[in-house]
Amino acid sequence: MPTSFVRGLKCRLCGKMYPKEPLNFCTEDFGPLEVDYDYEAIAEVLSRSKIEMRPENMWRYRELLPIDGEPTVGAQVGGTPLIKADRLAEALGVEKLWVKNDAVNFPTLSFKDRVVSVALSKAREFGFSTVGCASTGNLGNSVAANAAAAGLEAYIFIPADLERSKILGSSIYGAKVVGVTGTYDEVNRLCTQVAFKYGWGFVNINLRPFYAEGSKSMGFEIAEQLGWRVPQHVVVPMAGGSLVGKIPKAFQELAKVGLIEHARCRIYGAQASGCSPISTAVKNGWETHRPVRRPNTIAKSLAIGDPADGYFACKVIRDSGGWAEDVSDQEISEAMVLLGRTEGIFAETAGGVTVAVTRKLIEQGRIPRDEEIVICITGNGLKTQDAVAEYVEAPVIIKPSLEELAALVDGAAREPVLV
Amino acid sequence: MPIRIHIPTPLRQHTDGQAVVEVSGTSVQAALDALGQKYPAITQRLFDNGQVRRFINLYVNDEDIRYLDNLATPVKDGDELSIIPAVAGG
Repeated sequence: MPTSFVRGLKCRLCGKMYPKEPLNFCTEDFGPLEVDYDYEAIAEVLSRSKIEMRPENMWRYRELLPIDGEPTVGAQVGGTPLIKADRLAEALGVEKLWVKNDAVNFPTLSFKDRVVSVALSKAREFGFSTVGCASTGNLGNSVAANAAAAGLEAYIFIPADLERSKILGSSIYGAKVVGVTGTYDEVNRLCTQVAFKYGWGFVNINLRPFYAEGSKSMGFEIAEQLGWRVPQHVVVPMAGGSLVGKIPKAFQELAKVGLIEHARCRIYGAQASGCSPISTAVKNGWETHRPVRRPNTIAKSLAIGDPADGYFACKVIRDSGGWAEDVSDQEISEAMVLLGRTEGIFAETAGGVTVAVTRKLIEQGRIPRDEEIVICITGNGLKTQDAVAEYVEAPVIIKPSLEELAALVDGAAREPVLV
Repeated sequence: MPIRIHIPTPLRQHTDGQAVVEVSGTSVQAALDALGQKYPAITQRLFDNGQVRRFINLYVNDEDIRYLDNLATPVKDGDELSIIPAVAGG
């Protein structure tokens, strides 16, 4: 059996083929490169039972991921719960709802562990000893942690005004964290220049074609956890616009290699109104997004004004029959509270975006109330606690006395308030 | 002092290996036209039917020209014009 089913990299615009190399764009037309697989060969060797016998992590779908040989970074990533969210469903007025919960992904509590484990496994294959990324926080945390465990040197470039916990969550692992005074897009532009100049393995620049494929594992897991089938609707948060394309791609690949019957699923993109280039484009029927120069939202992990995959995100949403929406900072915080109080899941601001957009799409009638909906939670609320600080009650302070407690419990029975 | 155009690595095969090409011109368009006159093969890499290709970003002194005046953005001697692939990040 071949150790890899990757034929090479292929330009998404002109189709030109490239060998497996750390390169993210076509030298003819600058189009993005994408991993090209031999699906016929994969179909011959892969089966549901073969996958089900493997450990519950993202590598059980390894034939559909672009590494050669064994993964050397992030062997335990993925395998997060898909939760039947009946209490949230009731709150939103729908019948069948699931939460795919990557807030508990290992090791850094976001879906980025999926992409990073692929990217850093490739970085090692290519012989890089220094890796890096441009990050809004979660990616930096994941690169820093996984690089530390792999013994790689890491440079994390972030907008200087990120949440404290997201900065600390990279520094703790010994990565060199560089705060750049500017927007994410400015950080990203600088990193592209750095990648050229220093020849490092930047996970979301020169390693990006491989990196992005890691997101598919979230889609593979959703389909398998539903019993080898796809839901009718999936709601996905959008920053760079990559994940929203990789979930349906995962479904299509599973259908292509014969593991599921069909991949028909409507894809919905969620953004914050303070940075909504993709949802604005979808709602206006534009072919692609118009960049947002100064994003302004509490959902900092989604604050990418000029998303690299904006064009493809618009297309995949349109082609699937889905839609996109965006929500205010207040709606984001309220939705974080709602998710916590209905399902016991503390998601980060991006999760608030996804829940709030789901509610909006249901209320608009774009998602039918009686059909199957999966929402993707991609990050953990412990990293963005400030967003809900004003929305939860401070603890009641009492002396260690039964009397004081009794006065509290009997006197003013405190019902949890759904804000 | 001329305008300095920074060429990304994969395009340097079209500029005799030069990382920086100096030209003169009063707008981004004029500067890129001047670049194309020096190195004709580069024009079709940068433009598609007269438009900058979708996945190329252009910066004048680190500012994205889409937030300025696009190809009509004025440039003057000493300005730095950078050609940067857009497929990154996220």
